Amino acid sequence: MFKKLSFSTLGSAFLLLALSTVAYAAEETAIAGLRYFAISVLAAGAPVGFAAFGCGLGMGNAIRGGLEGIARNPEASGKVTVTMLIGLALIEALTIYALVIALILIYAHPQSATIAALFAH
Amino acid sequence: MEHPILFLPALFDAIGLGHFAHQCPHVIYSWFVMLFLIVCGFLATKGISMVPTKWQNVFEVVIGGLEDFTVDITGEDGRRFFPILATVFIYIFVQNLIGLMPGLLPPTANLNTNLSMAIVVFIMTHVIGVMTHGPKYIKQFTGPIWWLAPLLLVLETIGHLARVMSLSIRLFGNMMGKELVLLILFVLAGAYFAPFPMLVLGLLVCFIQAFVFYLLSTMYFTLALEEAH
Repeated sequence: MFKKLSFSTLGSAFLLLALSTVAYAAEETAIAGLRYFAISVLAAGAPVGFAAFGCGLGMGNAIRGGLEGIARNPEASGKVTVTMLIGLALIEALTIYALVIALILIYAHPQSATIAALFAH
Repeated sequence: MEHPILFLPALFDAIGLGHFAHQCPHVIYSWFVMLFLIVCGFLATKGISMVPTKWQNVFEVVIGGLEDFTVDITGEDGRRFFPILATVFIYIFVQNLIGLMPGLLPPTANLNTNLSMAIVVFIMTHVIGVMTHGPKYIKQFTGPIWWLAPLLLVLETIGHLARVMSLSIRLFGNMMGKELVLLILFVLAGAYFAPFPMLVLGLLVCFIQAFVFYLLSTMYFTLALEEAH
């Protein structure tokens, strides 16, 4: 319990420190305009990692259930395998949602023209 | 990151419709898949007989297996909706497979193709519900307790709309991600056969994603067919 608490406070302190360097840097208008794109790239990359982490945990559970079922009853291995694969595809879809948002931020950057115009003058 | 060369738009360039071809290559490749499947169907039923020969045999295995699997899930009532489900599966599967060949682009890597198929499945679900239950179909959205009905109506509507989004974006994300990874690996280390493991994984993903789209559509049809809880 103590270990979990200290780990989470350490982790959040580190994250806060990393993000605060963005605010404390001295910036001109052009760099301020570019910060939007820099942060959007960061926002595209980091969440896909978190999504993959959760997806890995979920898929591990699914495959564990599938293997236990096959080990217990090898005759039903066909049905168990099909159901397990379907479950894996559905869990993977959640990570794919995060990937799609990352792709949108990088390739189809919305509002970028508006924000670039805001910082242009 | 764009494709270095695409065969069919290059062909359209020669005809003179190059501008349209480079704007919408996905549409052209989906026409190509449609043409391919129509020709396959024509070849399979050309000399149809009780004792099947080569093409008919292959397609009997595929369609027979799919039909048994579908009726397994939906029950006997679902047999008349089998054609749209099998079309969805075979169409998406062939479209995904096309992406594995160099010079060809999978139409499912574009959100519009997937959204069109998801909207068709969504509309079909409600048509089936109204056909089977009549105006009592609305009871499926209101739930068992009558004074919770407004809340449940909103929740069920959002859930139904989320189905469309999840079906299309799941397929789009898988195919687009596969395309991007293949392109990047090819550019980075193409001479050392770096894309090869991704191509193997891509083959698995193509089949599984088509199967999951088909299976989810089947389950939505089943939910619309059965009695309200």
